[in-house]
Amino acid sequence: MTAATTPYRSRVSGGRDGFAQALRAEWTKFRSVRGWVVTVAGAGALLVLVVLLTAGTNVATCGRGDVEEPCPGPVLGPGGRAVEDRFYFVHQPLDGDGVITVRVTSMSGRIRRPDPVGLVPGVMPWAKAGLMIKESAEQGAPYAAVMVTGAHGVRMQHGFTEDVAGRPGGVSAAAPRWLRLARSGDTVTGYESADGRQWTTVGTARLEGLPRTVRIGLFAASPGDLTVGHGALAGNTEERFTEVTAVMDQVGVRGAGTGGAWKQDDIGVSYEPDGTPHHAGGLSRSGGTFTVTGVGEIGPRLEGMTAQNTLTGTTPALVVVIVIGALFVTSEYRRGLIRTTLTAMPRPGRVLLAKATVIGGVVFAAGLAGAAAAVPAGLRLLRDNGNVILPVGALTEARLIAGTAALLALSAVLALGLGALLRRGVAAVIAALALVVLPYALATASVLPDTASAWLLRLTPAAAFAVQQGLPEYPQVTHYYSAAGGFYPLPPWAGVAVLGGYAALAVGLAAYRMRRGDA
Amino acid sequence: MEATIEVTGLRKRFGQVTALDGMSFTVTPGRVTGLVGPGGAGKSTAMRVILGLDVPDEGRALVGGRPYRALRRPLCHVGALLDAGALQPGRTGRDHLLWLARSHGLPARRADEVIERAGLGAKARRRAGRYSPAVRQRLGLAAALIGDPPVLLLDEPFTGLDAGGVAWLRGLLRELAGEGRAVLVSSPLMSELEDTAGHVIVVGRGAVVADAAVAELVEAASRGRVALRTPAREEAMTALAHAGATVAVTGPDTLTVAGLAAERVTALLGRRKVPFSGVAAHRATLEEAYMELTRQAAQPGAGS
Repeated sequence: MTAATTPYRSRVSGGRDGFAQALRAEWTKFRSVRGWVVTVAGAGALLVLVVLLTAGTNVATCGRGDVEEPCPGPVLGPGGRAVEDRFYFVHQPLDGDGVITVRVTSMSGRIRRPDPVGLVPGVMPWAKAGLMIKESAEQGAPYAAVMVTGAHGVRMQHGFTEDVAGRPGGVSAAAPRWLRLARSGDTVTGYESADGRQWTTVGTARLEGLPRTVRIGLFAASPGDLTVGHGALAGNTEERFTEVTAVMDQVGVRGAGTGGAWKQDDIGVSYEPDGTPHHAGGLSRSGGTFTVTGVGEIGPRLEGMTAQNTLTGTTPALVVVIVIGALFVTSEYRRGLIRTTLTAMPRPGRVLLAKATVIGGVVFAAGLAGAAAAVPAGLRLLRDNGNVILPVGALTEARLIAGTAALLALSAVLALGLGALLRRGVAAVIAALALVVLPYALATASVLPDTASAWLLRLTPAAAFAVQQGLPEYPQVTHYYSAAGGFYPLPPWAGVAVLGGYAALAVGLAAYRMRRGDA
Repeated sequence: MEATIEVTGLRKRFGQVTALDGMSFTVTPGRVTGLVGPGGAGKSTAMRVILGLDVPDEGRALVGGRPYRALRRPLCHVGALLDAGALQPGRTGRDHLLWLARSHGLPARRADEVIERAGLGAKARRRAGRYSPAVRQRLGLAAALIGDPPVLLLDEPFTGLDAGGVAWLRGLLRELAGEGRAVLVSSPLMSELEDTAGHVIVVGRGAVVADAAVAELVEAASRGRVALRTPAREEAMTALAHAGATVAVTGPDTLTVAGLAAERVTALLGRRKVPFSGVAAHRATLEEAYMELTRQAAQPGAGS
């Protein structure tokens, strides 16, 4: 035996080995491989590149007869929102406060069916007729209205997006419905009554900055009949003409400026090349009875492009960050470097958390920069190509940008977790693509029934794409709310939370496996 | 922390293969301990268990009295070189050392110090994918030294080194042990450790076959043997064999005789008039001692 020597003591002192050090170590690993840095930056650049390359193919032109002309921009309502504002309006001026009352005794209408059926009698569920106070007869001017609808009872609506339900049920000569709309300052209140004596409040609207002189009167509107194609036409929608005719009597208007002649306007009507109105509304009066016919919709506009359409680069960027996320850990398994990592940092959970923070952080930063550039650049290009752009507001745009960055970052973390779990790069990439990209592609390609698509977008990590939804769904607005059209079943951040849950699960399972077994 | 490694009763199976079969040994500071055995004897598995990378089915491995995974700042207690090729090819050697330093909150200066000690020089700033095996071994040693640990575990560090590199590494290992560190070096070849290790642990089939100072091992292997120089090899062999000795030919005019003391050999050969020019006690090489031990271990029921 050799004589025992004085044991050596490490002269390296002052260091620590907590999470902050693990984070610093993993960050040093990431930034010291140039290929990884370039690739993550490239994923951000892809967001910009793809929209610049694909937005050019979205060219819209409008024409009147044979003459092409730039498409008109969307009608903008209060707050700069794009709106539909098409209805028949029979109105008088009102100075200051006032009240209008009417009795609706009948609603009928016509709906065009596919040839050879043609026009048939019928009232759309969301056809509406009743009373309105509107800042002016201009399209997009603020308004509040109380109305009877085809199948949704009495409603009070204002500001193009707000909708309050009153009593259900339709109208007939035997069971008419009385409506009343009263203005007091910038507050408008809607009432209903079965007999014109006992009144119930339906709702109240505050129209900020309503001028002293406004228009008050009767209106009617009927949204188009929407059919969604099946089979080979899956995802295609067709909207056919409908109109509603409401009979209203017992009209009473009180207030300064009222009492003169009724003015009538077919708000938002378009004209044929020969100058005749296309699908005109109308009014016929017989004594005190007003029969108003209207076509169109009063509500938010949902047909058109939004900032959502500038994020087409998300899927290619997703593939890139999934590869990087998986490689960030599987390359260590492939080369045996994981053993060096675990001798330096023997707590697998801490290592994985540090890795997830680093890869999530860098991908988030790249995604944020890319999306922040892609949205304005893409919107400008789409607009220059004649597309109708529906503004979504600065907050929603910020959510789209930050949410896309989060979608990319969490997908990279999911791929990292799968990489640590499966320890094979190819297997981890395939698994991550199958979990995130495949369900998204299936759900938005119009190959599955809508309910199947919706479940995919609720249950799989692809739910996070909900964060890219530009416009909300409105129950009172008839529209084909499909994944292919950019509408998702979950609220934006709930979708991100689903993906986050999957990522946390994958990382947690991997940490468990690493703690239990051999490296 | 006491700079020792204590391995007690390690057992580990990978499916049908028994990698460790009750291995026990202790490594003490201040000397180079060789862990020697043929491929598959369990050397690398034992090292991975000591480092907390593999979980044993039975037994335990302690470093300074604690399991590796329970160590705070482990790189300042134990430095390990398991696989010099375990590198990210796109990362420079210096960045490899830098992330190791960062994991323990050590300054970048520390990376440069070990680059110096391992003699990496300017190569440390090149990408690891272009390193020769010798440079990879030096980088692996630098990584093992990053925390200036009192315990070193080096798995086959001589692999890939040229003659100059081997000489340099032997010097470095002696120097590190001389500083009071416990240095455990595994090797498939006893000859690599001949002048370096003061103590050897010979393993075979997952268990320790011999655990002794090098001098003792050589002594045991030499005991009772006589080296004989003679021009009449055949006659000498016949005479000695008749007397009950075991004789092995070791050269054109040299024999090794076991089973007869030197005085009896000279008396016998004198009586039979067999010429000889020298009789001496045989001194075995460490390699011979090792071959002897592993041969015994390979026979069922035999041991040391």
